[in-house]
Formats: sequence, structure tokens, C-alpha cells
Amino acid sequence: MSNQFTDFRDAALLHSMAEALSNYAGRPLTFMEVCGTHTMSIMRYGIKGVLPPAIRLVSGPGCPVCVTESSYIDMAVELAKRPDVILATFGDLLRVPGSRESLQTCKSAGADVRLVYSPLDTLAICHDHPEKQVVFLSIGFETTTPVTALTVLKAQASGIRNLSFLVANKTMPRVLEALVADHDFRIDGFLFPGHVCAITGSRFYEEFCRRYTIPGVIAGFEPADILGGLLGLVAQASEERAEAETYYARVVRREGNEQAQQATADVFTPCAANWRGFGTIPGSGLQLQEAYAAFDAKRRFALTEVEAREPAGCRCSEILKGRIDPTACPLFGTVCLPTSPVGACMVSSEGACAAYYRYR
Amino acid sequence: MCLAVPGKVIRIENTNAVVDVLGVTRSIAVDLIRDLQVGDYLMVHAGYAIEKIDEEEAVRTLELYRELGAVLEEQQDVE
Repeated sequence: MSNQFTDFRDAALLHSMAEALSNYAGRPLTFMEVCGTHTMSIMRYGIKGVLPPAIRLVSGPGCPVCVTESSYIDMAVELAKRPDVILATFGDLLRVPGSRESLQTCKSAGADVRLVYSPLDTLAICHDHPEKQVVFLSIGFETTTPVTALTVLKAQASGIRNLSFLVANKTMPRVLEALVADHDFRIDGFLFPGHVCAITGSRFYEEFCRRYTIPGVIAGFEPADILGGLLGLVAQASEERAEAETYYARVVRREGNEQAQQATADVFTPCAANWRGFGTIPGSGLQLQEAYAAFDAKRRFALTEVEAREPAGCRCSEILKGRIDPTACPLFGTVCLPTSPVGACMVSSEGACAAYYRYR
Repeated sequence: MCLAVPGKVIRIENTNAVVDVLGVTRSIAVDLIRDLQVGDYLMVHAGYAIEKIDEEEAVRTLELYRELGAVLEEQQDVE
């Protein structure tokens, strides 16, 4: 098999696709990429630079850090400050501001906060520190949840007793429905998250596009994948079709990864979740099944989630819905900077504001 | 947070596989992959394989991309 990157970054192919896209001269179209990794790829590969004036791209709520409320960070900070706790987290949660501080400031003050690449990394930490309580900050969408589920299952099987999870995992379907139900919704098509669909399969997205008569393409993350997805959306819009086409069949099967779905269903169950910018959306989050309640950090440490207010002037909530561009927020580039972020959209490496700022 | 990289399986060790990602090797969990063989390509995210990469589909997708560019160009010429 040829190198997986090269073919999808072939200069000649990209050039012809970009040219085809830039030749579009039809009615104005606004497309939304849902996934934060798409936001990042679009910025990194300069996709917006080849778009014709008639095509606009906005970012959606698929950035798990961006949609995590500051009340979650407050609970994490409370845990981190406990001398008996080792907090394990993905890197991009580190600098998200809570009501008073971030995990970074906590860490600088001496709290044991460790960055992990995978939740599975916590198992070794538990083994090496039996005297400590290891807490994993469990966030993510359907791509990430299976490996967290796997970690719970492995911890259970190994008899690990000093591990717990602060769960804020979320799923895409209900937030997508909330987006289209909004009376201000004016999106002409979706670039759907390719790796979420590798896990879940494409069925929901096919039904979604049919039900709401909106074009959709399940896209991968290489430059050719993004250009291909956009060309597909333009074609659907031009031909007045509305379906979810899979352009990432090399990892997305219609039924998805059933083992991963099973692991998720065994360990987690749907619940209501708080999304920054959307409020509470029923059935959009995941919590541990009763059988795994012993691994729930909220229970183990008797934590209460205190509702936190948005910082004054922060417009992350509108940005997450694709209503405004980051540049419309008065704090963007003035008070809110990557070095001193106010909102989560600037902190997360996949946030719309961080992407805009980096590639401006 | 869908960030994932393709890796080539060079060794399988129980429920883990050692994969080569552009020269860097890493042990990742393959509990959620069926019928894995050395030489297969996997999409790796947060320490586990989310799916195998299907080479035939990859080739088909590239073909689709070549066609898409051409079709849209034709449409623009007609308008």
C-alpha cells in the first residue's frame, strides 16, 4: 500500500480540485464543518484561500474542548488540588479557563496534573502509584469514547481500584438536530466528521440529510478529502440533491465499527449534557452505566457541578453555532489571545478562534 | 478531536499492535479490530485503532476526486 498521506496530498490532484472549486460561480453557499479536526485541517491547508467568494465555511460545535463548560474545569481543578489525586488529561484541556483558574495554573502551583495521549495511559499510572487516586478527565466524541470504554473494561478486569473518570463525553446526533432546529439556521450543507463516522457508521447521517433536506458529505482529513467534500457539497447543492455521501469509505463503513459501538454501549449510557453555547441538550451526553459506577469520579469524590457564567463579552456560544466568525467577537485578538485565552474556542487547538488566529 | 494517523502493523502482541507511523513505532490497542494481520494499515487515535484502512476504497476515492474536479469544471464551462 502506498504511503497513506502522499496520494491524498498529491499536488496535481489538489491543484485540479482547487481549480474546480474556485470556478464555482453559482448562488452563495455556506457550509459547516462540524468536527474540530476539520477546522484545524481547513486552516492548516489553506483551504479558505481557494474558495470562491460565493462559498463560505463556518465551524460547528464538534470541538470537545470548546463545548466543555467551565464548570467542568472547576471540578477538575478541585480534584487536582487534592494531595491524594493524580489528574490525567488530554493536553488541550490544560489551558481552558475555569471560573477562577485553569489546570495549567493549578499545575504550576504544584498539583499533579499529567498529560496523556490515551486514557489507556492511566492504567500504568494507577499501577505505579497505588497510594494515589488517579482521575481521568474524560471528554470527547464518538471517536474517543471507545478507548475510554476500553480503559474502564481493562481497569475492571485488572482489579484496579484507584482509577476514576470525570465524564463529559458527548455525541453528535442531538446537537446536530439542535442546530437545524434553530430558527436562525442557514447552512447549505455539512462536512461530517469522518472519524466519528468510522465508529458510528453512516446511517444516522443519511437519515439526517434526508429528513432535513440538507446536503452532507462524510469527509476525511487530508487536503484532497476536504476539497473533495466541498466539491461534493457544491454538486449536491447545484443539483438540488440532499443526501449524506461517504467520501471516506477507506475507513467509514455503513455499519461502522461494531466492536467499538459495543464497548461504548457496555460502559456508557446516554444522558443529558451541558454544551457551551447550547445549554442542556437531552440525550447528547454519556455517563457511566450503573455497573461501572465505582469508576465515576463525581460519585467517588462527591463533587457538585456549579453552573458557571460565560466571561463578559465572550461570544464562543455564537461561534460554536456558526452564527458569527471569530473576528466578530470584540475580545478576539484584543483581550482574547492564544497566550491569554478567555473562551474555550481560543484555547483548544481545534477551536475556531485558535485556528483563525494562528492562520490569519 | 478526530485527529488520527495511519500506521502500518509491523507486529501483533495479544490485544496490542506495534504500528509504524512514518518511521515512528508505537504500541496501540487493537481490541476493537477484527481479523488483523501484519502489514494491515490502521487509523490510530488516542492510543487505539479505530478502523482498518481499506486500500481498494482508498483507490476508489482518489478516482472519485479526479472525476469530481472534472465534472465541476465541465459545469462551469456550460454555464
